[in-house]
Amino acid sequence: MTTIAQTPQQKSEKEGIKDEAKPVQNKAQKSATAGQPETRSGEFLIGIAGSPEGVNKIERNVPSDEPPQLPPNSELKVVGKRVPRYDGPLKVSGAAKYPSDVHLPGMLYGRLVNSTVPHAKIVSIDTSAAEKHPGVKAVHVVQSILDQAELQDKSKEIASRYPIVRYAGQPVAAVAATTPAAALEASRLVKVQYETMPFVVERDKAREPNAPLVFPGTAVERGTAGGGGGPTDVAQKGNVRGPNHGRRGSGAKGDIEKGFAASSAIVEAEYRTQVQTHSALETHGLVADWKPDGLTVYASTQGTMSVRDELAEIFSLPKTKVRVITEFMGGGFGAKFGASNPGAVAAHLSRKAGAPVRLFCDRKEEQWATGNRPDAHMYVKAGADKDGKLQAMKWISYGSAGVGTGAGTAGPAQNLYECPNLLAEEYDVFTNAGPGAAMRAPGHPQGVFGLEQTIDALAEKVGMDVLEFMDKNDPSPARRQERRIGAEKFGWAQKRRKPASDPGPVKRGVGVAQAVWYRINSMDSGCEVRIHQDGSVEALSAVQDIGGGIKTVIAQVVAEELGLQPRDITVRVGDTQLPPGPPSGGSMTTTSITPAVRNAAYKAKERFVKEVASAWRVPVASIALADGKVASEGGKSASFKQAAGAMRTETVSATAMRSPEYGKRDMTFLGGVQFAEVAVDTETGIIRVERFVAVHDCGRPINVLGLESQVNGGILQGISYALYEDRRLDRNTGIMINPNMEEYKIIGAKDMPQIEVHFIEDYLARSSTDAGGIGEPAKIPAAAAVANAVYNAIGVRMYELPMTPARVLIALGKVKQGGVA
Amino acid sequence: MIPRFEWTNARSIDDAIDQISSKALVKAGGVDLMDRLKEGLDAPSRLVNIRTIAGLDDVKEESGWLRIGPMVTLAAIAEHPLIRKRYTVLADAALNAATPQIRNMATVGGNLLQRPRCWYFRNEQFHCRRKGGEECFAQDGENEYHAIFDNEICAVVHPSAAACALTALGAKVGVKGKKGAREISLDELFVRPETDVTREHVLQPGELLTEIRVPAPSDATRSAYTKVGQKESFDWPLSEVAVVLETRGGAVSKAAIVLGAAAPVPWRASAAEKALTGKPLNEQSAREAATAAMQGATPLSQNAYKIPMFEAVVRRTILAAGQEA
Repeated sequence: MTTIAQTPQQKSEKEGIKDEAKPVQNKAQKSATAGQPETRSGEFLIGIAGSPEGVNKIERNVPSDEPPQLPPNSELKVVGKRVPRYDGPLKVSGAAKYPSDVHLPGMLYGRLVNSTVPHAKIVSIDTSAAEKHPGVKAVHVVQSILDQAELQDKSKEIASRYPIVRYAGQPVAAVAATTPAAALEASRLVKVQYETMPFVVERDKAREPNAPLVFPGTAVERGTAGGGGGPTDVAQKGNVRGPNHGRRGSGAKGDIEKGFAASSAIVEAEYRTQVQTHSALETHGLVADWKPDGLTVYASTQGTMSVRDELAEIFSLPKTKVRVITEFMGGGFGAKFGASNPGAVAAHLSRKAGAPVRLFCDRKEEQWATGNRPDAHMYVKAGADKDGKLQAMKWISYGSAGVGTGAGTAGPAQNLYECPNLLAEEYDVFTNAGPGAAMRAPGHPQGVFGLEQTIDALAEKVGMDVLEFMDKNDPSPARRQERRIGAEKFGWAQKRRKPASDPGPVKRGVGVAQAVWYRINSMDSGCEVRIHQDGSVEALSAVQDIGGGIKTVIAQVVAEELGLQPRDITVRVGDTQLPPGPPSGGSMTTTSITPAVRNAAYKAKERFVKEVASAWRVPVASIALADGKVASEGGKSASFKQAAGAMRTETVSATAMRSPEYGKRDMTFLGGVQFAEVAVDTETGIIRVERFVAVHDCGRPINVLGLESQVNGGILQGISYALYEDRRLDRNTGIMINPNMEEYKIIGAKDMPQIEVHFIEDYLARSSTDAGGIGEPAKIPAAAAVANAVYNAIGVRMYELPMTPARVLIALGKVKQGGVA
Repeated sequence: MIPRFEWTNARSIDDAIDQISSKALVKAGGVDLMDRLKEGLDAPSRLVNIRTIAGLDDVKEESGWLRIGPMVTLAAIAEHPLIRKRYTVLADAALNAATPQIRNMATVGGNLLQRPRCWYFRNEQFHCRRKGGEECFAQDGENEYHAIFDNEICAVVHPSAAACALTALGAKVGVKGKKGAREISLDELFVRPETDVTREHVLQPGELLTEIRVPAPSDATRSAYTKVGQKESFDWPLSEVAVVLETRGGAVSKAAIVLGAAAPVPWRASAAEKALTGKPLNEQSAREAATAAMQGATPLSQNAYKIPMFEAVVRRTILAAGQEA
């Protein structure tokens, strides 16, 4: 869970960060080498449109059947434009059927029974009353728990027939009945007897030497198709695992003591962040339909193939006997890669009952048990010389992913700025709390909250504007351009004043923060493009739409290639019977799938053109497709539809996979810069975020409208993280006390700032589309930008999230922590 | 998911009273009730829908009183021209509650009689004092949203914004039961934990709230309401203040200051009222009243921030009432 590279998409892992550290050839390259390495050399665009350096050309060796270089967006008809969401009308009219809308004939309703205590051995589970309840068709007792760490040496724990309960809300059993009401009633009839054990839910207390042990020995989160899993070769003492050394495999660079000695300005602080839950509108779950010839599930997932793989593994089925369908899904944010506990339970119940079973978590279960962004306690020390060059940074963080691992935060410290002397250590702390899961840029919103406040404070100490400080230390040409654009659009020079400049009780301030993320892709990215005799065109892939609008993007890429409009293309996704698709995690969907789509469209076009050329008796090379027409150099012209009518077969089709990234393998980053303006009421402690300007890069932008939506969403989720969201466990019972949408506070319409989003075109010469992702970078800097703006407003730094009125008033000295005003 | 229940539409007040029992609960807007049913805090076998009773959703002026039917929605109160003009504090309290969707469903009667939102009380896993248990889990637990006054036995805060405004306005409610009808002033309606920790109001089982009566304000009356929530959308107040003032000859002749989200009942800040009465209305008198309002506060481990917050909100609301015309 620490890194996307550790999530279970093993193929993407091979393409991911880990490889970047010690470059080895990936699978596809190997197989290409083993066959015939047919490559050709071509010129590709590289550089940032509108930047002082501009866009240039670079020579790359690419597989010989790759399509030719796509011209810059300014020369394209469809790609890089603003295209309304392909399935928007279906969604807003309610016609789109989400997995939780699926109702099959004879379908039963599943319901979980969850532990009511945070740490216990289950002595007995009596399901007899539930089994006899009218309408009940199946009862299942959970035998293994997915998506959390497991004790390695079972002999260290008291023997138990059932999984040990390690957090309140852990699934224990489940029932399936003919109605939801009968399932609810029956679930309450399952009697579970617990032998309770001491527990700890607070991270700091779990680190104490005599803290109750969440696991009585080394515990490892296995990498499964369901997501999660930290490094396995890490020391564990008590509840603390570590140190891990972060995303680059090594936490140490240079000599930090020498670096601090060379620093004229040093800042040192501790930052804390809270647990944030994913809070997707559609909860975890699926409809499982177990039939003699195989299992079909309608899953709310961000990885159709990883759900298939995990179910195949759990039930020892060949992958060919598991089909996963996800036509639409209501949000994932990183916690919906695998079957998940409720999904696996639904499949068990369906097999037992011999009928389809629908099991979706209720909101409480969703909040307790299906994942979260781990909390963090970060100690940061950084030094810069008098010219504002970073000299040293020390980063030590402790984070709790509850009963899971993956709470590291050092990624930004290691990858955002150049710092010659760096020491980074990350520790996971087990607590008796629901497991963390990958969540929209794992570790990075936490890390950037600490890092970008450190940079802001250091720049101030050096006596330099923070943007200038960033210019000196940030090696990314993309972010340099983004800072330039953002500062101008935001009015930084006019708005940035000395801290606490406003005389009245309501003080305004501005701040800036940056994102770093990684260009990750999955080689399991394929697409079939079919052109039919009636001129209709379809594109097919198992890739799912997590909500970012990949269907629209696919339609654009195909339409561009065929000289059509996006609405002319029928896109079918979210079905493992189609060509393979990447998981939607790590901001890799667009990066991964669009080259496959273009390659397939290009090949289908070649076949189509051949058919038309043959019918028209003209040379293939004389035919061009544009503006919905097919034309030959000789003056023959027809609509695409008429031309398709000349094909000899009903369909021409081509299936293609993504090729490996072009060029030498080195780390390619995504970035972004966000500027925030806030108003802080120093008497009530209320922070209102008034304005955001965001400038991001994602390689070649494909659908600017969809990208803007994602950045809007990332900023809102980031502000919500900054000010409101906080999973609260009662310290005395370990029970979550805000497992709902009322007390777990999420930003609402009236709390939204004015948001302005800009993109740069950052050509990287990496694939046949050169497109990249945006989901994660969009979220990363928002909370830190707000925090820096709050400091600029009130002159007091906020070291802990969420920045509640209580914390603001404490920071301002208007009330003592825990005491009387 | 809600367990099964029966449903009846009441035809009249008497019909409803006949049907109410420990197993048959009254359903008005259903907003609070739905939450309780989902959590299993109440498990009635029947709901008696009183929205079908004619004549309970009118607002009318009658012989010096404003009569508000208990089924009038918060949205209707917030928009009512007369209430907006002469009972500003009530209109603004209604307008700032919850969300547009909830205000369209929630009734003022239901808002007054709703149960507290304490996250321990609202969780079926905590058998707290208010549910007949032995413990108040907030006192040594997570209490940042809890009471800073009268919190020794139970630290819930009263959730009704309308109750603050109506208390400040000196309103009364009419109730009717099998034994007949009676009238209760808002000051007497709510029950403090030391009296009975398991209930929030004095209505007897089987009694129905039938009317809200608000005395007509004098021409010298001004009022204001302020809510401070962590969020502006869909959030409960961290502090709320209702102020009704009368001024004569440049000085405050009468002051009603009621705090919400402060105590288990709408909290009349008597010391603040006293501090303000007889004083000219200005920044200094407002500040002194605000300080007085917080006298005797007993904050818990996480909610002392409410004291400076209330001081600011009381001061600002007094000044806003003074400016309102």
